[in-house]
Amino acid sequence: MQYVSPVREPLVTSGKTYHDVTQDICYQVEAAPNIRWMGALGVALIGLAIFFYSVYRTLWYGIGEWGLNKTIGWAWDITNFVWWVGIGHAGTLISAVLLLFRQKWRSSINRAAEAMTIFAVICAAMFPVLHMGRPWLAFYVFPLQNTLGSLWANFNSPLLWDVFAISTYFTVSLVFWYTGLVPDFATIRDRAKGKIARVSYSLLSMGWTGSAKHWSRYETVSLILAGVSTPLVLSVHTIVSMDFATSVVPGWHTTIFPPYFVAGAIFSGFAMVLTLMLITRVVFKLEDYITLEHIALMNKIMMVTGSIVGVAYITEFFIAWYSQVEYEQYCFINRATGPYWWAYLSMMSCNVLSPQFVWIRRIRYSITMTFILSIIVNIGMWFERFVIIVSSLHRDYLPSSWAMFSPTIIDIGIYVGTIGLFFTLFLLFAKFFPVINMAEVKTILKYTVNDGPTYGGANDGSRNPSLHTSPAPYSTPGVPASAPVNYDKQND
Amino acid sequence: MTSPAVTTAVPATIVHTEPATHSSTKRFALGIFDDEDVLLHAIDNIRAAGVKIYDVFSPYPVHGIDDALGIERSRLPIAAFFYGMCGLAFALWLQFYTLGFDWPMIIGGKPHISLPAWIPVSFELTVFFTCHGMVITFYMISKLYPRFKTPVLDVRSTDDKFVVAIELDEQSSQLPKLTQLFRENGASEVNQKEMTKF
Repeated sequence: MQYVSPVREPLVTSGKTYHDVTQDICYQVEAAPNIRWMGALGVALIGLAIFFYSVYRTLWYGIGEWGLNKTIGWAWDITNFVWWVGIGHAGTLISAVLLLFRQKWRSSINRAAEAMTIFAVICAAMFPVLHMGRPWLAFYVFPLQNTLGSLWANFNSPLLWDVFAISTYFTVSLVFWYTGLVPDFATIRDRAKGKIARVSYSLLSMGWTGSAKHWSRYETVSLILAGVSTPLVLSVHTIVSMDFATSVVPGWHTTIFPPYFVAGAIFSGFAMVLTLMLITRVVFKLEDYITLEHIALMNKIMMVTGSIVGVAYITEFFIAWYSQVEYEQYCFINRATGPYWWAYLSMMSCNVLSPQFVWIRRIRYSITMTFILSIIVNIGMWFERFVIIVSSLHRDYLPSSWAMFSPTIIDIGIYVGTIGLFFTLFLLFAKFFPVINMAEVKTILKYTVNDGPTYGGANDGSRNPSLHTSPAPYSTPGVPASAPVNYDKQND
Repeated sequence: MTSPAVTTAVPATIVHTEPATHSSTKRFALGIFDDEDVLLHAIDNIRAAGVKIYDVFSPYPVHGIDDALGIERSRLPIAAFFYGMCGLAFALWLQFYTLGFDWPMIIGGKPHISLPAWIPVSFELTVFFTCHGMVITFYMISKLYPRFKTPVLDVRSTDDKFVVAIELDEQSSQLPKLTQLFRENGASEVNQKEMTKF
C-alpha cells in the first residue's frame, strides 16, 4: 500500500527502512553520552542550581524577596506562569489536534513536543505554588474540607478553575505521552545489551509485545485521547485568560481574552518547539526525520497564530476607544506611550512584525532565520504577558497608588532557574528516551514522492522490488502488479 | 476432574492430551514477514486455509490487520464515555454539595448554586475521568503492567519484522504444513519457538 504522491515532499528522506529508523533513534539512547550533551547538561544544571537558590530565598525570607508591591501584586511570577503554560500548549496541539486533522508530518516531532509540554507545565506550576508563600499548604487548593472549619474551595473562582485545568492538563498530557512511549520502550528493551538497560526498559515498556490486539486498542486509545485533549488544550489557556478577564481591572476585563490567549499560546509553543527541534536535529543527527519541510510547516503555523495575535492586539486597542470607557482608554494609551512603552514596543515588534517575515519562502526554509525568529517570538510572548499584567496593574483607578515595578535578583533567578529546570529535564529526556516516535514514523515511511527514493528500494537488496513499487495492495512476491497507479486514493 | 465417573466418560483421545494443559509451555510456529502488504495477504490466505492464528506481532499498527484477523472493534470508547459521565456527575455533585448545601456562601452577590461558573471545573473533571479511566482500563484489559522480564516470541518484531504466531500441538505435527503455507505466502523465515508462561 505504498502511496506515491505526485506533489508532496516525503515525510522522511533518504529512503529509510524500518530498521534504519530503529537504528537512528535508538542510537542516542544506547550510545555513551556525547560531550556536547554533557556540556549542555552542565549549563542546565547551573540554571537548576540558581532555581534552587532562589526558591530557598523565597521560602526562607518570604515573598518580600520579590519586587512586588501593593499596587503590583502580580508581576514576573504570573508572567512566567502564563509564558510557560503557553509554551506547554504546542505539544498537545501537535499530538492531538494534528492527529485529528491527519497531519502525518506530526509523527516525527510529537514525542519531543509532548515532552516539552510536560516540562513546561512543571515549570509553570512552580510560580503559583511559590506565590502562595506557604507552598506546604498547597493542598488547600483542592476541595478538601478545611482543617480550621467546614469551608470548601470556591468553585466560582477562576483561580480554582486554573487548578483543575492545569492539573488535568498535566496528568492527561503525561498519560498520553507515556502511552505513546510504551511501544518504543519495548523496541529499546528488545535491543538492550546490558542487564540494567534490559530490566529498566522492560519495566518502562509494561510488557508490550506489539500484539495485533494491543495495537488495535492502542490506536483507539490514541484517538479518544486526542479527541478529549483537543478541547482540553483550548480550555486550559481559556481558563488561564479568565484569571484576568473575569476581574474588573482595565486592560484585563475583555471578552477577547480566551481566543487571543489560546492563539498566543500556540504561537509561543510552536516557537519553542522550533527552537528545541532545530537544536535536537543537529545534535542527534535527525535531519532525515525533521526535515526542512517540517520546519516550514511549523513556521506557517507560527505565522498564522502570530497574525491572529496581531489582530487581537489591534482589536483590543480599537475596542478600548470604541467602548468610550475612560479608564480602558487610558490603560491602552498608557501601555503604548506610558513608562512601559518599551515593553509594548518589544511585544508589538516581536509578535506582530517578526512572524510576517515567514511569508518569504527563503526565510521559511532557512534554519538560521527560523532559529532567530523562534527566539524573538519567545521573547515577544514573554513581553506580551508582562505588558498585560504589569502595565494594567501599575496605574489603576486611584492615581495615589500608582507605582512602578522593578524585579529583584531573586525574581530574575527564579525565571532563569526555571529555564535551567526545563532544559535539565529535556536533556535527560533526550538522552534516555527515544526523541522520535519510532512506531509512528514507521507507519509513514511508505509515503514518498514520485521520483524520490522509495521505501526499502534503494538500500535493501534482499527485498523483492516489485513489492515496494507496486501501488496495488496485496501483491504476491514474484507476481508483478498489473493495477494502474492510483494517485487519487490515499491509503490511510 | 476428580470424580471417577467423569473421567470414565471422557474419550481416550482427550485424556491423552490432558498433560499438555498442566504445563504452561506453548509451542509456536512463527512466520516472519518483511512487509505489511505481504503480511496482510498472507493472513488472509492462512485464515482461508482454516488455520487459526494465535497472534500477530508488528513494530507499528498495521492498518487493515483488524479486519484481516477478525479482531472486533474495541469497546474502549464506550468505557471512555461512561467514565466521562461519571466524572461529570462527580463534578456536579461536588459543587452542588459543597457550595449549595454543605456550606453555602454568598460570593459576589451571586446565587449559591451558580451553574455557569461551574462549567470549567465540570468540564475538566469530565476530561480527567475519561482519560484516566480509559487508559487504566486499556492497560488492565491488555494485561500490560511493569515487569522485570518480558517474554517476546521474536525480538525483531519490535524493530522491523512482522511475526505471525500459530500455536502448535505437543508433537509440532503441523509444522511442515505450516512452513509450506508460510513460504507460499511470502514469509522470509519460518521458525519454531517454545514459550513458558506466555
